[in-house]
Amino acid sequence: MTAGDYNFAYLDEQTKCMIRRAILKGIAVPGYQVPFASREMPMPYGWGTGGVQVTAACLTPDDTLKVIDQGADDTTNAVSIRKFFQRTAGVAVTEATAEATIIQTRHRIPETALTEGQILVYQVPIPEPLRFLEPRETETRKMHELEEYGLMHVKLYEDIARHGQIATSYAYPVKVEGRYVMDPSPIPKFDNPKLSDSSAIQLFGAGREQRIYALPPYTHVVSLDFDDHPFVASKAAHDCDLCGAADSYLDEVITDDLGGRMFVCSDTDFCRCRRAAGHTGRLGAPVTASRTVAPPPPPSPTRGEGGADPDLSDPGASPPPCGEGLGVGGHRHDIKETAE
Amino acid sequence: MTAHDRSLSDRPLFQVQNLSKYYGARIGCADVSFDLYPGEVLGIVGESGSGKSTLLSCLAGHMAPDTGRVIFDTALGPRDTVTMGEAERRRMGRTDWAFVHQNPRDGLRMGVSAGGNVGERLMAIGARHYGDIRDKSIDWLGRVEIAADRIDDRPRAFSGGMQQRLQIARNLVTGPRLVFMDEPTGGLDVSVQARLLDLLRGLVREMGLSAIIVTHDLAVVRLLADRLMVMKGGHVVEQGLTDQVLDDPQHAYTQLLVSSVLQV
Ligand SMILES: Nc1ncnc2c1ncn2[C@@H]1O[C@H](COP(=O)(O)OP(=O)(O)O)[C@@H](O)[C@H]1O
Ligand SMILES: [Mg+2]
Repeated sequence: MTAGDYNFAYLDEQTKCMIRRAILKGIAVPGYQVPFASREMPMPYGWGTGGVQVTAACLTPDDTLKVIDQGADDTTNAVSIRKFFQRTAGVAVTEATAEATIIQTRHRIPETALTEGQILVYQVPIPEPLRFLEPRETETRKMHELEEYGLMHVKLYEDIARHGQIATSYAYPVKVEGRYVMDPSPIPKFDNPKLSDSSAIQLFGAGREQRIYALPPYTHVVSLDFDDHPFVASKAAHDCDLCGAADSYLDEVITDDLGGRMFVCSDTDFCRCRRAAGHTGRLGAPVTASRTVAPPPPPSPTRGEGGADPDLSDPGASPPPCGEGLGVGGHRHDIKETAE
Repeated sequence: MTAHDRSLSDRPLFQVQNLSKYYGARIGCADVSFDLYPGEVLGIVGESGSGKSTLLSCLAGHMAPDTGRVIFDTALGPRDTVTMGEAERRRMGRTDWAFVHQNPRDGLRMGVSAGGNVGERLMAIGARHYGDIRDKSIDWLGRVEIAADRIDDRPRAFSGGMQQRLQIARNLVTGPRLVFMDEPTGGLDVSVQARLLDLLRGLVREMGLSAIIVTHDLAVVRLLADRLMVMKGGHVVEQGLTDQVLDDPQHAYTQLLVSSVLQV
């Protein structure tokens, strides 16, 4: 521990126990929203206070933490949460999905398949999937209790009626083990299939709304749809311009004022590792030592200022090596930043 | 009992026995009993505050009565809906039963298109084919005289009469066996009321619906109800065939009602 003013991982042990109880209950009843007494965190709501509390309750000194926002390790939000835990828990951090024991995420599931023993923690803004059409909390709770989920399909019906297809592309509702309907947080629907039968533990924390829910490993998760409008895990119909990946979720990036644009993997670690392994896309060059090689990071409206020069804003997280043989605990980045 | 012609094998669809509901010491409705047979329409009339809405809420399971039984002839035989589990009662509320509110805002989802409003009950009981749901919605909009090209409009854009017709379509689309209505023509202009009543009468006949209609408007019951129950101070003071009660009222209060001396 590096910051003497805080308990390990900031929260006091009693609070962590309370959160762990909520997590265990969530794991016992997959998809069920467990109320918990959310604490004030030293960051505003909307910055993932729910996820941060869940992560804090799960962290041990031996853990290796990865934090991503929209798939990227170097955005402001991800950087500040990673720094927060480096400071308050002194844990090792990484950008390599395979190396992490706990991954806190906002808006994405990593492309690299997760493995047993890993925990994926989602930041959730609105945990209640029925809220859109039924604002009364007493009523939505009753609907969950009695499995009255017709309303969820009304939402999808409205989508098709208005747009000709199910236009919901984020926070696409799912049914868990044939029982609870769940909001998977605002991940793209491209990621929905990864929710199901995952080897990892998936935990969802909503700070402002004070709810925790969970998917234990190998939970069956189905995306809701209609027989004649089946669910499609869609993505932009391009390959990554940097690494050439055809099967990863892409961000569209405006590169100039003249309509220039490129598509790049939203999962920066995945993209970097592919380039390191020699894959290249339309505009890319293979990367070996550092990711600051050409092309220079394009200005992106969707990414925080941390994206411009990640190595300056977050000296702790230098690019880890890629490839096999780097399992959890194998190669750990010895990064122990001291509190300022 | 009732003087209706029916074979002896017929059994009541709905039986209410000694139902009472108090608000603290105040009577909501007290000791109400009646039977309703399949295809029958019962009107409940009485001045404001006489307990009509309280009674209807207790019958439809929206409110728990203090005492009494409300027995519905389910697919599995007669069941007391007061003591059955909430899940089952609510399931009945969106399959065998329907409820038309006086204010369409209470019975519609104002943020959802007309088609979505009509389709909700279908989806609630498992419909998962968009095209089928849409076809049924269009069919039902037609049956309540709403043009098919309004299917994607929200009820906000509809007149009061259209909203009420939409609420009726939304309720009848799953073919319920018993419909509760609380002042279904209440907030509407007289000419709009007449059209709605006409429509309701047609649907009730055509579908062989059983219905319980609360109203303070004797013209409504004259047109729709086979039988009539008159309430005052939470008690039923008179009941019988509609024409009989209206043409030859026995209770002094009913006589006042019919002679329109009372402003109800
Ligand atoms: N929520 C309530 N709390 C207390 N008293 C009520 C409530 N609702 C109705 N009442 C009383 O119960 C009686 C019956 O009311 P109600 O069923 O609304 O009559 P109606 O529908 O015939 O106008 C009235 O005396 C009314 O004031
Ligand atoms: Mg009333």
